[in-house]
Amino acid sequence: MTAVLPVRADVVVVGGGVVGCAVARELAGHEIDGRPLDVVVVEARGDVGDGTSKANTAILHTGFDATPGTLEARLVARGYELLGAYAAEVGIPVERTGAILVAWSADELAALPSLLSKAQANGYADARLVEADEVYAAVPALGAGALGGLAVPGESIICPWTTTLAFATEALGRGARLVRDTRVVDVRPGPVDTEVVTTAGRIRTTWVVNAAGLGGDELDRMLGHDRFTVVPRRGELLVFDKLARPLVDVIVLPVPTAKGKGVLVSPTVFGNVMLGPTAEEVPDRGDTSTSDAGFAFLLGHGRRLLPALLDVDVTAAYAGLRAATEHADYVVDVDAGQRYVLLGGIRSTGLTASMALAEHTVRLLREAGADLRPRPVLPPPARMPNIGEAFVRPYQDAERIAQDPAYGRIVCFCERVTRGEIRDALAGPVPPADLDGLRRRTRAMMGRCQGFACGAEITSLLEAGHA
Amino acid sequence: MPEPRIDACDVLVVGGGPAGLSAAVALRSAGVERVVVAEREVVAGGVPRHCAHPGFGLRDRRRAWSGPTYARRLVEDALSAGVDLRTGTMVTDWAARDEDAGGGAPGLAVPDAWVTSPLGRARVVPRAVVLATGARERPRAARMIAGDRPDGVYTTGQLQAMVHLHGRAVGSRAVVVGSAPVAWSAVLTLREAGCRAVAMVTDGPAADIPAPAAVAAQAALGVPVVRRSHVVRIVGRQRVRAVEVRHLDTGAVATIDCDTVVLTADWTPESELSARLGLEVADGFAGPRVDAALRTSRPGVFAVGNLLHPVDTADVAALDGRHVARAVAGWLSDERDRPVATRVRPGWPFAWVAPGLLAAGAGVSANGRLLAWPTQRVRTPRVRVEQDGVVVAERTLRWPTAPGRAYRMPWSLLDACDPAGGDIVVGLRE
Repeated sequence: MTAVLPVRADVVVVGGGVVGCAVARELAGHEIDGRPLDVVVVEARGDVGDGTSKANTAILHTGFDATPGTLEARLVARGYELLGAYAAEVGIPVERTGAILVAWSADELAALPSLLSKAQANGYADARLVEADEVYAAVPALGAGALGGLAVPGESIICPWTTTLAFATEALGRGARLVRDTRVVDVRPGPVDTEVVTTAGRIRTTWVVNAAGLGGDELDRMLGHDRFTVVPRRGELLVFDKLARPLVDVIVLPVPTAKGKGVLVSPTVFGNVMLGPTAEEVPDRGDTSTSDAGFAFLLGHGRRLLPALLDVDVTAAYAGLRAATEHADYVVDVDAGQRYVLLGGIRSTGLTASMALAEHTVRLLREAGADLRPRPVLPPPARMPNIGEAFVRPYQDAERIAQDPAYGRIVCFCERVTRGEIRDALAGPVPPADLDGLRRRTRAMMGRCQGFACGAEITSLLEAGHA
Repeated sequence: MPEPRIDACDVLVVGGGPAGLSAAVALRSAGVERVVVAEREVVAGGVPRHCAHPGFGLRDRRRAWSGPTYARRLVEDALSAGVDLRTGTMVTDWAARDEDAGGGAPGLAVPDAWVTSPLGRARVVPRAVVLATGARERPRAARMIAGDRPDGVYTTGQLQAMVHLHGRAVGSRAVVVGSAPVAWSAVLTLREAGCRAVAMVTDGPAADIPAPAAVAAQAALGVPVVRRSHVVRIVGRQRVRAVEVRHLDTGAVATIDCDTVVLTADWTPESELSARLGLEVADGFAGPRVDAALRTSRPGVFAVGNLLHPVDTADVAALDGRHVARAVAGWLSDERDRPVATRVRPGWPFAWVAPGLLAAGAGVSANGRLLAWPTQRVRTPRVRVEQDGVVVAERTLRWPTAPGRAYRMPWSLLDACDPAGGDIVVGLRE
């Protein structure tokens, strides 16, 4: 549950995105002076994972295309292993689809061997060059003109929403506290502790972790630094009807250019097909609107990549903001004097790297003198409700319905979401603040009708749950 | 450990709206024993349940009931006819049956249905399937309307369910997108909820309201109509604050302040289950192609209602339901021939025509009608039927076409066509 702001903590984590929640979970699994570390997550928005973490391409990256030697490359590779194993343990939907990076021009074809070398330099050994016929064997519906590709069998798709929620759920289970709708307005480090001033009052803490995402540079400046500036890069994405899912079983990547990673087509763990993202620098850190230009750009790419995709309806269009900075790498540092850890400039790879960033944070805190030790006994791991297509959902589970008929009462027809799941989400440890939050926890109203059939009932259920 | 139940029946009707319930009643009247209707909503009756305006039942019942009354009567009739009406019961998927029914190609047996309800998970094993899954309005994303993603953007269906079934409030100033009859229904629903329609935005040159009564209603309702325009952007991060409207001819963009947006019409069939069966698809929309007897491309699978013509009125859907019973009963008594047939396709200005197949021996269509969806208003339409590029029939009809309303033509226009010939195209002379 959302707590009121406590007066005192060992660590305040600013930001309840995927990184902040992963850090809180990890830190709450440690003790100091023989007692569990007291961790408080302060989130400006009404829900965890409601900013950059909710609107990304939802890929669990191997890190094959990272810049070798960077912290990002190291943490993505490590995070891939950690999150892959964790997902299986707690029930985060992951599908090991693999990816094919497709070359459409002679220049792109010529670039593939260097991408292969880069993958190897990143310690990823499974990538291999493939001929055009193998590309088409993997994706028969692919548009004409592919010249060859690079197969990256480890690339996977993951549910970003369940990931953040799993971290938050376990963090709370380990005793961490989550304060939502609370914005940090100032941070005042003193000789022995730090005062964090928020819109909900003040809290004294020994340590501060900056996982504030798009607001990370502003928070950093509150502590007197001037290390980076976040330039939000907006990525618009289109999600196509599930009827398109048979068209594509693997992630289809473009050859990256100087301008960015380009537009990809990917299955989603919910059984849709995703096309995107655009990449556009925007001045407004809250501007997650979509645009006609973005639609036209994406449909143009879709027409070339997977022509049959345009025969089905778009189910959802949304935009996310990546916390891009002027630096080529993550901006991660510890200031021992201020007892302050910065996790800045965590871009779209942050989902994959989240658990490695958490591990790294513990390392940095130890280096700076915090005597953190793993707690000998932890609560059992969370078991997250499955909202992925590749695993059994409650509506399919005869045994579960027999035990509790609420799992047989489908309320969102397009996505087969049952009343039991909505009830569970509303009663869960991190309940949703609004319809969008309920959607991220259950898939309710996420389908092709977008609430034509179920919107009224689900809105009423949400309000009854809050009452 | 409970296993899914196996549940045999003669006919599984998927969907308990006017078409499905009427089909079930007609099947019982034809002597079919076990007719199961799977309705995913807790209350059967379909869309009329939340349509407050009168005029339901004109063609099938000779009455002008309100939507809820009509829905209730359909349910009562189904129950008294001995239909096994299962509400809160959803067909979620098909299961291939191992054996083949009736000597067709392998894999074309009548499919089993996976069904979920609070009673459990069941595998329904029918001898025939009638799809009556209806239609819905396309939501915002499918219409590719850009902008922020605030609360307060609804389809008419959601608006009606919110106001009429859940007694919920909406905002105070609404922009209604579209001007088909359903848009005026949305205006009435908004008014009941205390929300003023501040503009109706339509791409047409005039609001598509043919009847003088509706014109009067427009005047009485006093909703300003913004013509030749599209809503191109929604503004407002938490709640809708405004929409941006672009004029189709001048390109000028205007902003209309509002806190609610209702997206009307732009119908699409609820065709997931027919698509998952791999049924042949009609021209112009995603529903299945059927012949006049309402047979789909898969033996033993039939379809009725607005899944086939998105959309016509509820009573027309109900007449489909009555009509299908004969062919289903024939199938159950082993009439398994697949006659020679040819496609009926839309010509200008129609987006679709239904039924989209002319089959030998399939008889006359439901109520003797050939339905079409006009994209333009034509005051005195001269229908032209061509087959293999030759005009085989021409007839002037006395009633105009209007975008947003199904256009009803006599099936006899196809009398001179040959089911063994090539494609038939039905359009208007320009």
